Amino acid sequence: MEAIDPFVSLFGIFVLAVFVGYYVVWNVTPALHTPLMSVTNAISSVIVVGAILAVGVGALASGSVVAMIFGFLALILASINIFGGFMVTSRMLAMYKKKDK
Amino acid sequence: MSANFAALLYLVSGALFIMALRGLSSPATSRQGNMYGMVGMAIAILTTLATMQLSPLVIILVALGLGIGAAIGGMAARKIAMTAMPQLVAAFHSLVGLAAVFVALAAFYAPEAFHIVADGLIQPISRIEMSLGAAIGAITFTGSIIAFLKLDGRMSGAPIMLPARHAINIALGLALFGCIVLFFMNPVWLWFWAVILISLALGFLLIIPIGGADMPVVVSMLNSYSGGAAAGIGFTLHNTALIITGALVGSSGAILSYIMCKGMNRSFISVILGGFGGESAGPAARGEAKPVKQGSAEDAAFVMKNAGSVIIVPGYGMAVAQAQHALREMGDQLKKEGVTVKYAIHPVAGRMPGHMNVLLAEANVPYDEVFELEDINSDFGQADVAFVIGANDVTNPSAKDDPTSPIFGMPVLEVWKAKTVMFIKRGMSSGYAGVDNPLFWRDNTMMLFGDAKKMTEEINKSMG
Repeated sequence: MEAIDPFVSLFGIFVLAVFVGYYVVWNVTPALHTPLMSVTNAISSVIVVGAILAVGVGALASGSVVAMIFGFLALILASINIFGGFMVTSRMLAMYKKKDK
Repeated sequence: MSANFAALLYLVSGALFIMALRGLSSPATSRQGNMYGMVGMAIAILTTLATMQLSPLVIILVALGLGIGAAIGGMAARKIAMTAMPQLVAAFHSLVGLAAVFVALAAFYAPEAFHIVADGLIQPISRIEMSLGAAIGAITFTGSIIAFLKLDGRMSGAPIMLPARHAINIALGLALFGCIVLFFMNPVWLWFWAVILISLALGFLLIIPIGGADMPVVVSMLNSYSGGAAAGIGFTLHNTALIITGALVGSSGAILSYIMCKGMNRSFISVILGGFGGESAGPAARGEAKPVKQGSAEDAAFVMKNAGSVIIVPGYGMAVAQAQHALREMGDQLKKEGVTVKYAIHPVAGRMPGHMNVLLAEANVPYDEVFELEDINSDFGQADVAFVIGANDVTNPSAKDDPTSPIFGMPVLEVWKAKTVMFIKRGMSSGYAGVDNPLFWRDNTMMLFGDAKKMTEEINKSMG
């Protein structure tokens, strides 16, 4: 048998993570559905990894300037989301209080 | 840093994101969860930088990009009013979508930086992954822009129906599929840009026919799409943090869409096909000869002060009027009088999942006084007053007993079982579904006409 293509193992991780997501998200209390949306928003900005790699093209002699520009724009957009998403989530979560007795 | 070690760190970051969502299972653990999310993000960013060949230019650009993002994002997060949260989330979704498109474009123009080159060309599997990432990203981008404009009131919430829109969408969908196949066979810029442009148009066309009241589903769906875009890019980059996140966000958005659809008793397909739920869809109240019983703030204050228990039912109208603080004051005054106060939240109240809960939390309502539909519905029978503020369709008994009603079958809050039902409404218009609420004409219903905030404040004054 030949070696397994890396895509297959990545796809396996993806499928398992879908299952994890399914069970974890059903456990989220409905009262926190809005913070759930804002935090998923923030974490999906981990796409910033791709943006930083693209900006890094600038360090290569053969680097494409176009790729660098797109990378830089993506970096700004993703950063807005990262900072905005996590901050607005913590602002919301700070408001949820129990009855003081 | 070795590629293997980096891959392990990305895995850690993905696991921390799972913990972040796990924390949201209760308000008590949620803040810690958010911290996990931030740590996961920091690990992902630092790991990426550690694997790269850095030059002063790159360092400056990365710092600049992060700085600009922090300034804009931080300001938005601090300034935004809680009532405007749906717009903000829609705007954030559009940014994730566009970022995915840009990253995919960067991967196209500098495939060597992403290690996806084989025999001098972008390797075949990556061509599909990056096309999918870019396509979903582009659909998320334009779709979220439309959702933002509708939620922010910069565009009418009414559905905009193009003639032959289904035919146009199917044609665009097929063209998109065709261009992805062409790009797979021959990875040139023409097909890649075609994929992006078609997807941008598709996102726009998919969302414009959907009405304002269906926005909770749309926002959840776009949330799911942004996860799909992240996963697509994650496969291109062979990055587990992105793949795990994409899967998490994808399932999260899908589950929320499902919950929202169930809350409205509508199928996901019918929401996507659109045409329902304009702000003023359908005729206004049919000219019933029977008069409604109208009350004043004093009447309402008197009845509630002498009640044993009051259940408050907030809806989108409360958010529009920003009445949550006045409402909490009313609750406090009632509690001082020895009245039991509870809040009942319908799953689709407001414009996004959990919208009402956030507003009540903002007004310092303790979360253990706030109940979901299935937990509180049996309590209305024992309640003296159901106080409905800015909600309508979610309390309509036609959903239970009138099979001809368009909202028949939708789960509703059974407010009519309370001894007295009070409605704060601006006028007699029907709700977004364009359906009359027969409760308005019942003998135990008291209509309080006026702005939700002003009326609540007047009730507070009369009670004091």
